[in-house]
Amino acid sequence: MRILVVEDDKDVAGFVVKGLREAGHTVEHADNGRDGLFLAASENFDAIILDRMLPGGIDGLRLLETLRAQDNATPVVFLSALSQVDDRVKGLKAGGDDYITKPFAFAELLARVEALTRRGKTDGPTTKLSVGDLEMDLLSRGVRRGGQKIDLQPREFRLLEYLMRHAGQVVTRTMLLEGVWDYHFDPQTNVIDVHVSRLRQKIDKPFDLPLLHTVRNAGYMLRAEEV
Amino acid sequence: MNAKAAPARISNAVLRLDAELDAQPPRRKPFIRSAGVRFAVVYATIFGLSAFALAFSLWYATAGLLQRQVEIAIRNDATALADHFSVGGEPSLIDAINDRLLENVDGDAIYLLTDPLGERLAGNLDVWPNGLDQVDAWYELPVTRKGTHSVALLRAYALDNGDQLLVGRDVRSRAELRQLLRDGLAWAMTIMVALGLLGAIVVRSMFRRMIQDISITTRAISRGDLSRRVNVSGNGDEFDELADNINDMLDRITRLMDGVREVSNSIAHDLRTPITRARARLEDAALRADTQEDLRSAIERATIDLDAIIAVFQALLRIAEIEAGARRSAFAEIDLVPLLSDIDELYHDVAEERGLRLDTEITGPLPLWGDRELIQQAITNLLDNALKFSEPGASISFTARTEGAMIAIEVADHGPGIADADRDRATDRFFRAESARNTAGSGLGLALVVAVAQVHNGTLRLLDNHPGLRAVIACPALRPALPEVKQGKRK
Repeated sequence: MRILVVEDDKDVAGFVVKGLREAGHTVEHADNGRDGLFLAASENFDAIILDRMLPGGIDGLRLLETLRAQDNATPVVFLSALSQVDDRVKGLKAGGDDYITKPFAFAELLARVEALTRRGKTDGPTTKLSVGDLEMDLLSRGVRRGGQKIDLQPREFRLLEYLMRHAGQVVTRTMLLEGVWDYHFDPQTNVIDVHVSRLRQKIDKPFDLPLLHTVRNAGYMLRAEEV
Repeated sequence: MNAKAAPARISNAVLRLDAELDAQPPRRKPFIRSAGVRFAVVYATIFGLSAFALAFSLWYATAGLLQRQVEIAIRNDATALADHFSVGGEPSLIDAINDRLLENVDGDAIYLLTDPLGERLAGNLDVWPNGLDQVDAWYELPVTRKGTHSVALLRAYALDNGDQLLVGRDVRSRAELRQLLRDGLAWAMTIMVALGLLGAIVVRSMFRRMIQDISITTRAISRGDLSRRVNVSGNGDEFDELADNINDMLDRITRLMDGVREVSNSIAHDLRTPITRARARLEDAALRADTQEDLRSAIERATIDLDAIIAVFQALLRIAEIEAGARRSAFAEIDLVPLLSDIDELYHDVAEERGLRLDTEITGPLPLWGDRELIQQAITNLLDNALKFSEPGASISFTARTEGAMIAIEVADHGPGIADADRDRATDRFFRAESARNTAGSGLGLALVVAVAQVHNGTLRLLDNHPGLRAVIACPALRPALPEVKQGKRK
């Protein structure tokens, strides 16, 4: 994937660029709003990681608004120290697709950026999802693995659906909290782990090949092959 | 980054304010810029204007009325004489004038009839008065009558045969009356202006006395003496209201300042520990780690410590954000039943996993004017606490219902609870009871719950559950309770 990073802090930018390259992406970097806007408008990117407060007269919000006004729909993840709820709402209203507050864990950033770029491709009216021999019918709301029917609670179904839509990608606990439960804060208790392990009991326990993997220090991943 | 430094920024701002105030000693205001003087001048002006209006209308009503009466009398007289002239010619007119002079007892009537050459034909004036050169116009001129000088109001008429008729009234006594009135009014005006000025001075000093106390108090406070309060006279007047408002404001400022101080102290104490730990780990690893493995694990543990510090920062900021009321704009009508049921669903399995039983009873409807996310966070905080302090096998009860006009959401556990002595302080930021020292947590959970309850005009009560803690959030419901519907009951 081709990713543009617009971030003025040298250390943070260097860390993000290096991390993204190691994850196999092509990365361009701009350290001010003007260059960022120029790059974003003149070249094609799969995703943009954008700081809110930027030097050069154009801040992140202005940059994004200008971009969206030109019908440029490149997915944008805000990466900002402005952490109040209002700031987040402002960022999403301006056309941002996700909002990560600093300080952040790189795994979280990577997972969210990758999830975002995949989202665009699977947004069509899918009626069936499948990972390995696990199949989900979105219309009849039935789940089968290897032809065997699996009974799921409504919330477990939504959890599995989210994981299947992001199959092959790391999904963090906060992403699950936001995407499945619509909670925008982290409870102290490891609620997500419990729900994921319950789901694992149902979809993996009776079968030989595990599909739902735990990714250390990051989250979970649903995929047919070994990680 | 900037938002993280909020408490420090506040105290910096306070210090800067102090410095500015010290640098500029309060100067006495120039006399004319004193609000007291301005009020006094306005008062004196209004008083003077009304006095002038009174005097003018009095003058117009008396002197003016007399003047108009004399004018009417002269006009009537002249009309009657003109009738005589038109009926009987000049001789009849002369007779009429002579009759009138005989009949006039007051002796204030003045007539003069002259022929075209200016010779006197009849009347009691010896000569045509100087300065009277136009007919049909009012004149007030000095005249000489039988050797005595006087003042008369006069009007001349031209007759058809070229004669000129002068009709007038001696107005000497009226002029004297007018003079008397004028003098009287002038005196009255002088006295009124004097009284007005006196009143202005009194108003000014009253005004000054009333605001002086406020001024002294507020100046002392801006210099840092937050213990001062404005005296309330007890009259219940506007100044008392102002004094009360100022005192309320000062109380709130004091509380906020105490809060900031307390938070700064807490940050110093409670964040130093994990920061020290992280620092020690990193330094130790830098100095002594022999293998790549050791180094990596030390860095990972330090990162976990840093994450905990970040979590504390975020919780602090969140509480500050809620307390500032910044989120009220996002309030909406919410139904707590599905919201609480979702939380129940999220925590039910977690409780089970830990060998606990979560007894949930949500009795709807529970309509609330509030913020979804804040309520979610407050309730999950209470449940997190209950789970944390419960021994396996115990039960936790999670109930929500309306009590009159209030919605009561209760989380009760059978853990160690909070000692009576600690209960008041349990909701302070960073407070951790002795019994909780060895469990994970930042001591900010209940502080956030209180902030959320308060922003919804509600309260958090901490009660004894014999044993354990019973935490009750009570908020006013949006509407009076409707017929009860049981929902989400799960044992």
